[in-house]
Amino acid sequence: MDYVAPTTIEDAVGALSSTLESRVFAGATDLIPQIRSGRPEPGLLVDLKHIDRLTAVTEGADGWTIGAAAPTSRLTEDPGFSSQFPGLSEAAGLIGSDQIQNRSSLGGNLCNASPAADSVPAMLVNDARAVVATADGTRTVGVAEIATGPGRTSLAPGEFIVEFEVDRPPAHTGDAYLRMTPRTEMDIAVVGVGARITLDADGNCAEARIAVGAVAPTARRVADAEAALVGQPINDDTLAAVALAASAACDPIDDKRGTIAYRKQVTGVLAKRAVKIAAARAAGEDTENAATTNGAH
Amino acid sequence: MSRTHINCTINGDQTDFLSESGGSLLNALRDDVGLMGVKEGCGTGDCGACSVLMDDRVTCACLIFAPEAEGRTIVTIEGLANADELHPLQQCFLEGAALQCGICTPGFLMAAKALLDKNPHPTETEVRYALAGNLCRCTGYDKIIRAVLDAAEGMRASAQTGDAA
Amino acid sequence: MTMIEESPTGAPSYKWVGSRSVRPDGLDKVTGKARFGADLTLPGMLEGAVARSPHAHARIVSIDTSAAEAMAGVHAVITAADLPDLAEAGAKADDVFMSEKILARKKALWEGHPVAAVAATSREIARAAAAAIEVVYEQLPHVLTVDEALADGAPILHEAMITRGVDPAPETASNAASRVVHERGDLDQGFADADVVLEREYTTKPVHQGYIEPHACVADAGQDGRANLFVSSQGHFSLRAMTATTLGMEPSALVVEAAEIGGGFGGKTTIYLEPLAVRLSSKAGRPVRLVMGRDEVFKATGPTSGSRMKIKMGVTNDGKMTAAQVWMAFEAGAFPGSPVGAAGMTAIACYDIPNFFVEGFDVVCNKPKVAAYRAPGAPIIAYGIESIVDELAMAIDMDPIDLRLANAAVEGTQSSYGPVFPRIGFVETLEAIRDSDHYRSPVPEGMGRGVASGFWFNIGGNSTATVNINEDGNVNVIEGSPDIGGSRASMALFAAEEFGIPVDRISVKIADTQTIGFNDVTGGSRVTLATGKVIIDCCRAIKEDLRRRAAKTWDCEIDDVEWVEGQAQHASGTETPLTLADLAAKAPRTGGPISVTKSDNVRGAGAAFTTQLVDLEIDDETGVCRVARYTTAQDAGKAIHPSYVEGQMQGGVAQGIGWAFNEEYIHNTDGTLDNASFLDYRIPVASDLPMIETIVVEVPNPGHPYGVRGVGEAGIVPPMAAIGNAIQRGAGVRLNDLPMSPVHLLGAINQRD
Repeated sequence: MDYVAPTTIEDAVGALSSTLESRVFAGATDLIPQIRSGRPEPGLLVDLKHIDRLTAVTEGADGWTIGAAAPTSRLTEDPGFSSQFPGLSEAAGLIGSDQIQNRSSLGGNLCNASPAADSVPAMLVNDARAVVATADGTRTVGVAEIATGPGRTSLAPGEFIVEFEVDRPPAHTGDAYLRMTPRTEMDIAVVGVGARITLDADGNCAEARIAVGAVAPTARRVADAEAALVGQPINDDTLAAVALAASAACDPIDDKRGTIAYRKQVTGVLAKRAVKIAAARAAGEDTENAATTNGAH
Repeated sequence: MSRTHINCTINGDQTDFLSESGGSLLNALRDDVGLMGVKEGCGTGDCGACSVLMDDRVTCACLIFAPEAEGRTIVTIEGLANADELHPLQQCFLEGAALQCGICTPGFLMAAKALLDKNPHPTETEVRYALAGNLCRCTGYDKIIRAVLDAAEGMRASAQTGDAA
Repeated sequence: MTMIEESPTGAPSYKWVGSRSVRPDGLDKVTGKARFGADLTLPGMLEGAVARSPHAHARIVSIDTSAAEAMAGVHAVITAADLPDLAEAGAKADDVFMSEKILARKKALWEGHPVAAVAATSREIARAAAAAIEVVYEQLPHVLTVDEALADGAPILHEAMITRGVDPAPETASNAASRVVHERGDLDQGFADADVVLEREYTTKPVHQGYIEPHACVADAGQDGRANLFVSSQGHFSLRAMTATTLGMEPSALVVEAAEIGGGFGGKTTIYLEPLAVRLSSKAGRPVRLVMGRDEVFKATGPTSGSRMKIKMGVTNDGKMTAAQVWMAFEAGAFPGSPVGAAGMTAIACYDIPNFFVEGFDVVCNKPKVAAYRAPGAPIIAYGIESIVDELAMAIDMDPIDLRLANAAVEGTQSSYGPVFPRIGFVETLEAIRDSDHYRSPVPEGMGRGVASGFWFNIGGNSTATVNINEDGNVNVIEGSPDIGGSRASMALFAAEEFGIPVDRISVKIADTQTIGFNDVTGGSRVTLATGKVIIDCCRAIKEDLRRRAAKTWDCEIDDVEWVEGQAQHASGTETPLTLADLAAKAPRTGGPISVTKSDNVRGAGAAFTTQLVDLEIDDETGVCRVARYTTAQDAGKAIHPSYVEGQMQGGVAQGIGWAFNEEYIHNTDGTLDNASFLDYRIPVASDLPMIETIVVEVPNPGHPYGVRGVGEAGIVPPMAAIGNAIQRGAGVRLNDLPMSPVHLLGAINQRD
C-alpha cells in the first residue's frame, strides 16, 4: 500500500481519482482491523488528517462545525460542545477506549457504516449535516442519507466527508445516547438509542427526536415514537408508547452479539431511559451520573 | 513492496528509519527501530498492549500506519523513565505488585501516564474507564488501579511541594 | 483490603518470608527491557507463517507447495512429510496425536489445523507464501459439541477410537475416547436417605485462557542437528521433550531458553509452533521466528472444554449431604485429553459425601485440542455442583455457608478421589467468608448475593536448583521454573529468610535446559512449593557448609558454630562473626567455591480450598449484571509474598467472572470460529470489575518447611457458580448454561414474569 497525506481538499480529491484502489482514512481504527482480517488492501491510502478543515472543531454563531477526521477525544474534551450536546458527546466518547478515542472520528464512524455505529443515532437526533467533497466542490446532505446499508454509503467513488454541521439546539433541549453492551467498554453496541427532547413552558414535550441503532441495517429515526411524545407530558404512559414504537421499528438480526427478540425488547427499554435523561437535561437537571452504557448504575 | 523513509522524534531523539508504507507503527517500532517494549497482543486495537504516546496522546501503535509518524513525537515505554530515575507510575507498579506476567505492563504505564497528564486527580471509576482499553488477564486489575491511584497521589504531593515531577 | 488469618497454633514469625519485597525481575518489566518470546532478533533471522485448514473436518487429498517455494524470499516450506511419521514408527498414541496436532497428516480435524509452514525474509512474504500453498481438501461432515459428537451416526474423527474405560469394550469406533468413574458406597440408599433430591442438567462452552501474549518462539538450528530455541513457555524441559519427540530428536540436542512469558494459565504447557520453527530453521539453515496472530491463538490453541453435565444430589432436612451422582461429557477437541478426569476427582472433593457415583467421558470433536486452563476441569464441574448445593440450601431453608460447613471435608476425611486429607483449611475459608464484613452487611437493594466454594489438589514434582555465593557475599539462585506470576520474588524471599540477609542481596535467574537440571512445568500451582523446597534445601546445605568452614577457620567443632542473621557465630561469643562475604573470601582455603545444587521429586503438596462471595446488581430490564462487590477467601498455607498470593486469587476470580458472563467460543454452522478476536471474545476490562477483596487464610501445609500451599489455581473454581447463585437469589431465575449472558438472563426473566 502507498501512502499520501494531502494538505488540501483538492489534492485529496485528485489523489482519490488517480486510482480506483484508493481509500481515505482518518483514524484507521476500522480500516486496519479489516485489512488484517482479509479484506483487500487498498493500493493507495489517503490520509485526511493533514487538511485543516478536516480536523478543525469550531463553534460558530449558529452551531458547530466538526471536521470529519477530527479525533472524537477533541469533542468529548470540549466543555462547550459537551454541555450543548451531552448526548452526542457521550456517544462519540463510546466509540472505544481512550486509545481509540484519540484516533476515531465522526466521519470514520459514519462512513464505515456499521449498523451499530455509536455516534450515528445521536447525530440523527441532532439533525447533523454532512458536507461532502466532490469532484467539483462540495454538497451538503443530512447525515441520514449517508449510510445505505451495512458497510455501504451513498458516497460516489472519490467523494469523502469534509465536516459535519450541527445547529445550536433550541432552549430547553437535551439529548442523550444509551447503548447496551455486554461489557462496560470496548464493545460494539447490541442496541443503541439516541434521543433529543425539547420541553415547552409547561414541561411537556414540544419536540422529540428518537433514533435507534444496531437494530436495523442503518440507524434510523422512529417517527411513531416521536409522535407519541409531542405535545404530551413525559410520564409512564407516554414512555410505554415510546418503548412499543421503538421496539416495533427494529429490523434486527440474530448474530453473535444478540438475538432479534433481545434487541427488540431492549430497544424499548433504552428508548424510555434515553428519553428520560434527555428530558431531565432539557429541564436543566444535573445528569452527571446518567449512564452512557446500559442505562444502569 | 515500497518502503518509506520516516523522520520523527522517538523518546526524545531525532530518529529516522525505513518502513513499509502499509505497515503499522507497531511493526516499525519493533522491527525497524528495535524498540521491543511495545508489545503486540492482537494487532487490531482491542488489547492496548501496544499503547504509545503520539504528540502526548495515547494511541494503539497497531492502528497507526508507519508513515503517519512523520514529524511526530512518539514516546514508548523505553522513554518513560527519566534517565536513572523511574517515573512514579513505574515505581508504584513495582511496589504495589501491579504486574504478574508483565506483558500488558508497558501499555498500561503509557495509558496511565496519559491519564494522569490530563487528569491528575482521577477517581477509581475514572481510572477504570480510562484504562478500559488495556486488557490484563493476570491481575483482575485491582492492584493496577491501586498503583495508578497511589502514583497520582504521590505526583500531586510532589507538585505541591515543588519537587520535580 | 487483605486480612491474614494466622493459624490457631501460632505461626512462626519470619523476617523476609511474608513481606512485600519488590520482585527481582520487576525493573525489566516496567521499563520494557524484559524479553518475551517474540522479542529476540538474531542475525539472518527469517520470519515464519503457518498455513491452516479452513475446514472443520476434511481429508487432505494433496498439498502442493511449489508456488510457495518458488517465491522470492522464501527459504523453507514444510509439511507433515518433513516430520517423522510416528504412527508408522509405532510410537505411543499420545505422541502420535501430538505430532498430528502440530501438522496435519491425513486429515484436517478443525478450522485452523496447521497443514504447512513457511520461513521467508519477511512476515509479509511468509504470509503470502503460506496463502499460495495449494491444498486439495475433501470436506467431511463435522461435529462441534458433545451432543453432536455422541449422537447416533455422528461422523467419526479417528477411525480406530474405541472408548477406553468401558467394559465390555465397544465394538465400533466412536468419538468417546475414554470414560472415568469414581464411586463409593450405595447410591440408591443414599438417595433414599435424603429428604430432598434435586436433579439438574448444565452446559458450558469452551473458553480460552486469554493470555495477552500470543505464542512466539525463535529457533536456531545448526547444521550439526542441534538447535537452540528461545520460547515463552510454562515449562521448557517438557516443551523440549515434546518438541524433540515430534521431530525425532534426542531431547538434549535441543537447548531451550525460557523467555519471559506473557501469560499461560496452563495453555502454554503444550507445544504448537516449536517443532515448526525448529524444522524450518534446520531446512533453511537460518534462524526462524514464528509468532501467532491473535486470530490464530483463538483458532488453533487452547481452549478448555465445553461440556454437558447431569447432576443429582440429595440432602436431609437438617443439612447432611447423603448422595451425589454425576454424569459429564467434556469436549477434548480434535484429539483425546480433556480434563474430565480431574473434574471427576475434584467434583465433590469439598464435601464428605458417603455415597456417590461420578462418571465422565472424554469426547473428541472438530475444534482445537483443548489445553490446560487453571485448575483444569474443576471450574466446569464446580459450576454444576456449587449451583445445585445452593439450590439444596434454599430447598431446606439453610444458610448456604452453614450447609457447606455441615458437610465440609476436614483432616481425616477420605477424599472423594482417594487419599485421606491431612490438615486442610476448607472450613477456615467458609468461616472467613461467614465472618467477613461483606457477608455481615445486608444485601443492597436490587442485588443478589451468591456464595460458592472450590478445591484444587496442587502438585509437587521435579525441581532442580543451584545456589552460589559470590565473593561479595551476595547470593545467586539459579532455577528452572519459568516465572508466570512473580515466583522469583518468593524464591528470593526463601533464600533471604534461610540465610538471614536482606532480600535485595539475592538474585534469581531462570536457566536454560543446558544449564540447570530437570524441572517440571510451571503449573499445578507447584513452583512456590517444589522449586521453593529445593532452593530451601540448597540454602540449608550451604549453611551447614558455611558452618564447617567457620569451624575450620576457628579451629573448633562444627557444633560450636551457629548461623544467625547472615553470619557464622561461635557459640561462646569469643570469635568475631564471619559474614557471607568473609567466608566467600576464604572459600579457596576452606574447600573451594561455595555452591550447592539440589534436586528432588517433591511430595507433600497441600490442597487449596477457597470460598467466595459476590454481590450482583441485576438490571432485570436488560439482563445486564454488574459485579458490585466480591470477596474471596483462600487457604494459602503460608503466603510467602502476600502481594503475589493476592494477585493469584484476584486473577483467578477475574477469569471466572468473564467465564460466567461473556466468554464463549461461538461457531458458525460450517464449523468455523465466529469470534476469533478480543473484540468478540470478551474478557473482563478494568471498568467491568470492582476491587476484589482478598482474605488470605493460612492453615500451614504440614508437608512443606514453610507450610506453603499452591495458590495459583483454586481461585477460578467458584466464581461462575457464585454468580449463578447470586442471580437466583437476586432475580429468582436459575441459569444452568454458561455463559450467563444478558441475552440468556433476560430470556429467563421474561419467562419468570
